[in-house]
Amino acid sequence: MNHQLFSGTTNTSKAKFSIGIDLGTTHSVLSYVDISDPDNDEITQKVLQIPQLIAPGVIEDKPQLPSFLYQAHAAELTEGDVVLPWTNQPKFLVGEIARHLGAKTPIRLVSSAKSWLCHAGVDCKEAILPSEAPDEVEKLSPFQASVAYLEHLSAAWNKQYPDQPITEQEITLTIPASFDPAARELTAEAAQQVGLTNATLLEEPQAALYSWIEKSEGDWRNHATVGDIILVIDVGGGTTDLSLIAVTEQGGNLGLTRVAVGDHILLGGDNMDLALAYTLKAKLEKAGNQRLAAWQIQALTHACRDAKETILSNDEADNIAVVVPNRGSSLIGGTLRTELTRDEVNAVLLEGFLPEVSSHEYPAINPRSGLRSKGLPYAQDAAITRHLAAFLSRQVDAVKNIDGVTLSENASFLHPSAVLFNGGVLKSPRITSRLMSVLNSWLTAEQAPDARLLSGLDLDLAVARGAAYYGYVRQGHGVRIKGGTAASYYVGVESSMPAVPGMAPEIQALCIAPFGMEEGSNAELVGDEFGLIVGEPVRFRFFSSKTRRDDTVGTRLEYWGDDELEELNEIEITLSDEGYKVGEVISVHLNSLITETGTLELHAVSNQNNQHWKIEFDVRSGEE
Amino acid sequence: MNNTEFNIDLNLTPTTFDAIHAYLAATVFGLALTVIILLFILLLSMLRNAKKAKQTKVSTNSEQTISSTIPKREPEVKIVEKVVEVEKIVEIEKIVQLPAPEPIILKESTPEAALQLLNLLQTEARFIDFIKEDMSAHSDADIGAAARVMLTGCNKTINQHFDISSVRSEEEGSPITLAEGFNAAEVRLTGNIVGEAPFSGTLIHKGWKVTNIKLPKLTQDHQAEIIAAAEVEL
Repeated sequence: MNHQLFSGTTNTSKAKFSIGIDLGTTHSVLSYVDISDPDNDEITQKVLQIPQLIAPGVIEDKPQLPSFLYQAHAAELTEGDVVLPWTNQPKFLVGEIARHLGAKTPIRLVSSAKSWLCHAGVDCKEAILPSEAPDEVEKLSPFQASVAYLEHLSAAWNKQYPDQPITEQEITLTIPASFDPAARELTAEAAQQVGLTNATLLEEPQAALYSWIEKSEGDWRNHATVGDIILVIDVGGGTTDLSLIAVTEQGGNLGLTRVAVGDHILLGGDNMDLALAYTLKAKLEKAGNQRLAAWQIQALTHACRDAKETILSNDEADNIAVVVPNRGSSLIGGTLRTELTRDEVNAVLLEGFLPEVSSHEYPAINPRSGLRSKGLPYAQDAAITRHLAAFLSRQVDAVKNIDGVTLSENASFLHPSAVLFNGGVLKSPRITSRLMSVLNSWLTAEQAPDARLLSGLDLDLAVARGAAYYGYVRQGHGVRIKGGTAASYYVGVESSMPAVPGMAPEIQALCIAPFGMEEGSNAELVGDEFGLIVGEPVRFRFFSSKTRRDDTVGTRLEYWGDDELEELNEIEITLSDEGYKVGEVISVHLNSLITETGTLELHAVSNQNNQHWKIEFDVRSGEE
Repeated sequence: MNNTEFNIDLNLTPTTFDAIHAYLAATVFGLALTVIILLFILLLSMLRNAKKAKQTKVSTNSEQTISSTIPKREPEVKIVEKVVEVEKIVEIEKIVQLPAPEPIILKESTPEAALQLLNLLQTEARFIDFIKEDMSAHSDADIGAAARVMLTGCNKTINQHFDISSVRSEEEGSPITLAEGFNAAEVRLTGNIVGEAPFSGTLIHKGWKVTNIKLPKLTQDHQAEIIAAAEVEL
């Protein structure tokens, strides 16, 4: 009886599909693979067509669900206008219609919820979006918005496969590699909220690499050799994500190990379109037009996106006419007309976003320094190549502990030997060739061979596809990328020095989880005891490092360089008073655990009776 | 007398008894004919449907998932007045002798799909705005600028909702030979049409055909005739 109960709750073999969900900043995609036959070596990938409102009363199936949410006014739409195939009264308007309506009424539009999840200094469960909305508009939290997108995707799935409810399938949810532990936890919690209790998290650049492996149908082994370092560059609509994956040897076969991830850079294709639009705006205003209204700039941005794609993909198109039509029914009168030239595209995009810099030129300002601003901390230096240079230089030691992967001694930055591109922006051959030529110029300067380009990805859908494939890999097929945590984590503890009046006590960083800690493992800090008061919240400063690979659990740092440790939001422990007297001091030690889902969990463990209390990350009070 | 009683001559002035017989016979005959005509109509309409499907191969794959909220908007097939006429045959014996006419089947297109297309073209391409404009009041340069908006949008809309390919892959202006049994709906012959297939000629227009339609679905209460809502900025 007990045995049956056990196998009934943990057996995942009833899952017929492995589902990969790319919960993107601007678009979400759901891809799936049939895994019901464990002996099947050939898989068929499918992408779910997601029914969504595209205008009031109009529903269309699309492979992408725009990650936008619109809080409509009661007088704005009639009841029959907002119907979905599975409900007459959707809780929120999400998808194409939200983006469409929000373009004209931005005060009611929730966008980029995902970027807020990783935004320090904000409580992601507090109703703060839309951030510019007047009080009358009902606000919701970044967390709720993520739940709303997942709910829509789940409902769309259940509508199409009523006999295979999504809650019973293998779910892989992708996150930026740069997500901190709190953002990971929030994502996993959002999945749980819609019933996806067995969701696993996967870093997006890894998902892209899985998709490349899946698409090559076994041929990838001919394109990668032991010692390769693959640089994954993922430039999406709103973010840029960088990862390094080393090709190693594992028992005679090729293995893959993710060795480093970059910072969360809020810089993407949307910035490029905006930059072009402002160039044209200046040109129009200079030519004697009146100041452009907000809607005209928006239309200009839209037109620039199309013009940019034409110029970047077509070598013969030099000048593209860009037209902003009048909003009234008279189309011909009042139309603004200008041209986007190849020189402008080159100057703004290639020189602005991808300048030919040396490998020692880093972003002018640290992208993290925008912490105090109220909005999202957008990258202040738009040059992707400089961000790339900074990343590769910081990670120069990333492979020193990896067998079979060596770097020449004089290398001042990590030399990638292959590059995999992902993200809609990198569909343009001119942008990718510029990135490759800049990277190869750095490599040539240090006498390293040129990096190869790994091609064949579907840049819009690769992440979701790779995630679905990952569920199949987890069943024991194909190669699995080893990774573990992409950073080591520390709590700040006061050092036992005599207090100096007027000076904040010195703090030490105590390592609680080492770099590369794998899923399902835990680390206990038995030697470091803390006295905690029952019933009173205690806060710890919390740090991470993407470069300190040698610190082990219990290592105490007294000094560290500015760029070595990055401060995250504080963490908080409250010992519940169950079984204790309020005010009692209990001696505890810390225990960290990487869950199977891929989140970091911290516990305080009583030294007397082993009782556990969970330490919360997501207490983001917004304090500085 | 007995002989004439059983040999019913319909041309004779009917007695009471004969009239009943004649009426019965006519009824049986009429009913049999009704059944035959109905079967014939059924067969014909099935043949037509099969033929149509073969010609266009238009698949409307969007229809499957939403049937619960939206009524299917397939074109209604009306058999014009046929059923009524057949019933009449039973009553009026004269018509029995007429040869059965070819049943005429007309499809009535639903206005919703047409309205929907107008809405899509207006939303994406400002199509109605453009064609409603008085061209004489504007310069060619201004019209050109607006046409650019319209054409880019139309191209996007049509490509998004229809898969269109050319009927013939040959280059226009090149010689072409049509074997016997070519599809006359796909290839239209013009000019000096004489003799028998195979026909040799020049490809003037390569033709277009829609291979797939993906039109959005509409909610029950959607007012398709509003192809562009008036916009009021607050």
